[in-house]
Amino acid sequence: MSTHPDIGAGRIPAEAIEAGFGDLHPALDRNEARVASERCLFCYDAPCIQACPTGIDIPLFIRQIMTENPQGAAKTILDANIFGGMCARVCPTETLCEEACVRMAEGKPVEIGRLQRYATDALFSAGRQLYRQGAATGARVAVVGAGPAGLSCAHKLATLGHAVDVFEAREKGGGLNEHGIAAYKTTGGFAQKEVAYILEVGGITVHHGKRLGRDITLASLAAEYDAVFLGLGLQAVNALGVDEGGLANIEDAVAFIERLRQTDDLSTLPIGRKVVVVGGGMTAIDAAVQAKKLGAEEVTLVYRRGADAMPASRYEQEVALTNGVVIRHFARPYAVQGEGGALASVLFMRTALEGGKLVDTGETFALPADQLFKAIGQLFLPTDVADESAVLEMDGVKIKVDVECRTSLPKVWAGGDCTRGRDLTVVAVEDGKQAALSIDRALAARLAVAAE
Amino acid sequence: MADLSVDFVGIKAPNPFWLASAPPTDKAYNVERAFRAGWGGVVWKTLGEDPPIVNVSGPRYGAIHGPDRRVIGFNNIELITDRPLEVNLREIKEVKRRWPDRAMVVSLMVPCTEESWKAILARVEETEADGVELNFGCPHGMSERGMGSAVGQVPEYVEMVARWCKQHTRMPVIVKLTPNVGDIRKPAEAAKRGGADAVSLINTVNSIMHVDLDAMSPWPHTDGKGTHGGMCGPAVKPMALNMTAEIARSEATRGMPISGIGGIETWKDAAEFMALGASTVQVCTAAMVYGFKIVEEMKSGLSDWMDQKGYSRVSDFVGRAVPNVTDWQYLNLDYAVKAQIDQDACIECGRCHIACEDTSHQAITNMVDGVRKFEVIEEECVGCNLCAVVCPVENCITMVPLENEVDKRTGRMVDGSYRNWTQHPNNPMAKQPVAYDTDAALEPAE
Ligand SMILES: Cc1cc2nc3c(=O)[nH]c(=O)nc-3n(C[C@H](O)[C@H](O)[C@H](O)COP(=O)(O)OP(=O)(O)OC[C@H]3O[C@@H](n4cnc5c(N)ncnc54)[C@H](O)[C@@H]3O)c2cc1C
Ligand SMILES: Cc1cc2nc3c(=O)[nH]c(=O)nc-3n(C[C@H](O)[C@H](O)[C@H](O)COP(=O)(O)O)c2cc1C
Ligand code: SF4
Ligand code: SF4
Ligand code: SF4
Repeated sequence: MSTHPDIGAGRIPAEAIEAGFGDLHPALDRNEARVASERCLFCYDAPCIQACPTGIDIPLFIRQIMTENPQGAAKTILDANIFGGMCARVCPTETLCEEACVRMAEGKPVEIGRLQRYATDALFSAGRQLYRQGAATGARVAVVGAGPAGLSCAHKLATLGHAVDVFEAREKGGGLNEHGIAAYKTTGGFAQKEVAYILEVGGITVHHGKRLGRDITLASLAAEYDAVFLGLGLQAVNALGVDEGGLANIEDAVAFIERLRQTDDLSTLPIGRKVVVVGGGMTAIDAAVQAKKLGAEEVTLVYRRGADAMPASRYEQEVALTNGVVIRHFARPYAVQGEGGALASVLFMRTALEGGKLVDTGETFALPADQLFKAIGQLFLPTDVADESAVLEMDGVKIKVDVECRTSLPKVWAGGDCTRGRDLTVVAVEDGKQAALSIDRALAARLAVAAE
Repeated sequence: MADLSVDFVGIKAPNPFWLASAPPTDKAYNVERAFRAGWGGVVWKTLGEDPPIVNVSGPRYGAIHGPDRRVIGFNNIELITDRPLEVNLREIKEVKRRWPDRAMVVSLMVPCTEESWKAILARVEETEADGVELNFGCPHGMSERGMGSAVGQVPEYVEMVARWCKQHTRMPVIVKLTPNVGDIRKPAEAAKRGGADAVSLINTVNSIMHVDLDAMSPWPHTDGKGTHGGMCGPAVKPMALNMTAEIARSEATRGMPISGIGGIETWKDAAEFMALGASTVQVCTAAMVYGFKIVEEMKSGLSDWMDQKGYSRVSDFVGRAVPNVTDWQYLNLDYAVKAQIDQDACIECGRCHIACEDTSHQAITNMVDGVRKFEVIEEECVGCNLCAVVCPVENCITMVPLENEVDKRTGRMVDGSYRNWTQHPNNPMAKQPVAYDTDAALEPAE
């Protein structure tokens, strides 16, 4: 970053930083897990299962915890969701399984997410590998992107006996688990441990530093492999629509978070005194909260609509508020002002809803800022798949897929953030799994035809 | 305010809540604390002959736990008191002197000879205790030596020892029964024949609490080996209630004073025993789990309930439920109920559906017009109560009696008629088959 006098590292003691980045939800101990598991009613056709995008048999795994079989519980979880450990940490359960729990009637759902973590932690700390490569089918599949979608697909394919080559642009696997998720949700290097567990199954080769669109083309993959899965995520960001005037210290929130996640000693990471974040989703919240935890004195998150419209859940908003982030609604940035080449303040226009439409009120205000993070949404980067011989049909700004994650090209599947869906880890995992099953069916059908 | 005082076979106490013979009543220190806490009386931990018995020094207690580690069942392999007789007798005398208004009953277990019983009774009389309770119930250890339940399981012995005791003491004699028998009425009748003034029941139930699957032995164990113990606590209450009712309604023992024991934790538990004929109750496990303070809840709860119901003294409701305990054959087969689900209270867990669907009568929907909904199908519902039992929301499912309406399952008009099995056309042995005749409502002939 820059040499702006008000941006510095180690604003607060290293211990305070370390404590701040501790686990958002500490793990349940054995007794807490027992008490929590006993609250589950073992519902019939349980609504929580329906609400889990990966369809984990929640009443079953909770009952397994209750009967002191946490590793069996972990198997129930991982069979449906190989990223069950990460999902236990990052799923917005308040809008997924726990929201659907019938015990919400009492205002307090069964703590599904934390129980899921209890079970998967038990398995990982016992070091038990549950999965094995399936008997070789001879088929070869290329997976692009080693994020939750790509690795979920690769893992399922490997257990079904298909050989998988994964092409990943970055040096580390895990996708946003490694580069995007808030540090306090996945502590202790969990993302890499989980990736290692997934790859341990065998039959998956990851080629790092290989970027589709630069080092390889979709057409060549489709020619060389029996099937291709694209789990590319979102590699571009929306523009703010403000003339940034070349000022230093204006940055995309995802880039800031990626830098943060890849910094070993957070007390060396510079942060401003007055930080402004623009946006209303999970990325905005995470950037704001982590800026605060790094020692920023004032962090203001500005969102153009009201609290109810925020893509970040109520719970996420509360996390921001309890961490001292100030949230201001109904305002959008229209200009930035600098001083000596660095940012000095952000100018906002108040907005209002008129007949369902967002309009400017004409009223303005300025927020002094020495750092601005833009978190107004990520975009799919279509140039990665731009390929003259293999034209992928798009659905708006994302890759078009059907229910089985098939794209418009016969040998190409896609899933996760680069396709329609909720942009959640758990949705990406489900896409990868469903795509793998669909690929498996297609390959089996092809083999059957070949045999005739 | 209701009067909680009782007079049990001449033994007076300020309330019916007594501590059962067990560790809480093993010495003056504990009993003093119990009386200060407000207990109406105690049955002192069972005395035996010197030299005192020896207890194991491994774990004596085990338990089954419910949610939140509530103790549901409790188990012990303890024997009778392990303190010298002399010490116990001295303490009993001192405590009774300091607490003259509280019931002081002394539990006894000596070898099955007249001499032994005569000798110990004489010594107990010197303490000025109010009565004795004969421990014919202890199911472990002592029974292997021909005492405890080894006596309680043979009605002839029960009668014989009760008779000796009545001959050799002026004190009231209570016989404590073991539940480890086929028919509880037999030892109760024997006690009555022997002249006993009252019975108390139940003592503990033979049981193994858990098996340690690593050690492959009962849990808890003593140096790798385990033995069955005696179970008590809330889990045994239903059995104890039934046995109490059997004695209360049996012709041979009707009217015999009963001290109810087994799983009593709250005023409600106590009131249930009393409604079935017990005029005092005894508590052990609840005190061992929660301490003596629970008696405060018991006293205020019982008293408040009695005020609400207009009972001014305990005897006003003791035995009130006994006439409504009957044999299956006299239940009204013309009566019918249907489950009814309160849709506002329902949280849609689906347990009622799956219970009925998998294991019973397929009488609850899980889907109505394509949406998750649980409704009773009256054409199928037999009114068995399973759904109401499994529903996690209290009173969400109720059993509503049919009144002057057609039972959609059977097509029969339910009009308040009475017809029991002894009168039913399907019963080849029926005394007087009747069709649909309300006047045939007969009280069971005994
Ligand atoms: C800041 C932030 C916080 C979030 N917090 C949460 C949360 O708390 N809970 C939650 O459920 N979700 C959260 N999400 C969303 C979640 O991380 C994503 O939905 C999920 O990671 C999508 O998985 P994916 O596999 O589709 O994509 P990604 O995780 O983005 O993985 C894509 C992978 O593909 C690689 N790649 C991309 N392009 C190429 C190419 N051309 N060639 C080769 N490799 C390529 C990338 O390097 C990356 O490794 C958050 C997202 C962000 C940005
Ligand atoms: C540890 C323990 C020791 C007991 N010792 C005796 C005893 O010495 N004499 C006796 O008559 N009953 C003994 N009992 C049985 C209790 O008096 C009582 O009958 C039984 O526990 C049922 O009541 P509860 O469910 O309230 O515990 C003992 C019970 C326990 C738990
Ligand atoms: S994966 Fe997420 S949504 Fe599914 S059960 Fe687990 S925590 Fe809930
Ligand atoms: S909805 Fe809640 S109570 Fe029912 S099975 Fe799921 S977690 Fe358990
Ligand atoms: S068991 Fe009770 S709460 Fe659950 S669905 Fe049935 S009626 Fe509703």
